[in-house]
Amino acid sequence: MEPDTIAQPPKTALLVLGCPQVPVQTSIALYLVSRLKSAGITPVIAGNKAANTLLVVADPDRHYLGEITDLDRAVAQITEKKRDFDQCFVFIHNDAGISYAATMGVISKATLYVLVYGEHQEDIVQQITFPCIKMAAKAVHNPLPLKKVIDEVAPWAA
Amino acid sequence: MGCVEALNYEILIRGASFKECREYIRSHFPESIDVEPGFKIFDVHTIGVPPIAVGIDGDFVIFPYTKPCHGTFLLRVQDAEEAARLRVLKKGR
Repeated sequence: MEPDTIAQPPKTALLVLGCPQVPVQTSIALYLVSRLKSAGITPVIAGNKAANTLLVVADPDRHYLGEITDLDRAVAQITEKKRDFDQCFVFIHNDAGISYAATMGVISKATLYVLVYGEHQEDIVQQITFPCIKMAAKAVHNPLPLKKVIDEVAPWAA
Repeated sequence: MGCVEALNYEILIRGASFKECREYIRSHFPESIDVEPGFKIFDVHTIGVPPIAVGIDGDFVIFPYTKPCHGTFLLRVQDAEEAARLRVLKKGR
């Protein structure tokens, strides 16, 4: 007789968005959400109002997006141990992004991935000294260099 | 979840980096305490690269507040109770 298998809950991932002033963020976020969902991982987006609205307007029928939440609310829930995730992806193109990633590394038990892009990505990468998996490319308007790096890491297969 | 807008704050520095805020607090205020990200000040969870310095100056508390699009602001808020709470925390370490 074969032992009963215990169903594992689906994996979850939090995508922490930065300021949406760099165009590749919205595109890469939708791409990553799609790949995670295809792999059976439930993605949750956390951003400020502008970053979240860019995504919602781009996906009106919610083919890709699932839950979307306010960034401050997500930080509060994780800090207060009311919620956590298996994976956390932080989008970084400025100093504030580094701060949010470091914060996630402390408050969450999730495997931390950082997506670094924009004009100053090399400087930013050097400032990230806390443990995380880095995916970086000099992508501003064209998301393909960053997509290529993400595909090589394939975090959805981890 | 707290809202910083509910506080009567003064902005000491705007658009700073987390390093600049830490160095400013340590060099400009008589007392400071290092806290971890997520530490609650005035019902606001702090964001930053640890250690995050929080200044105490009399009844004033000085702390960094980060927004994704605007970087880090260094805020000063007068609140004797919060200043006392931080002093007790520091003493207990």
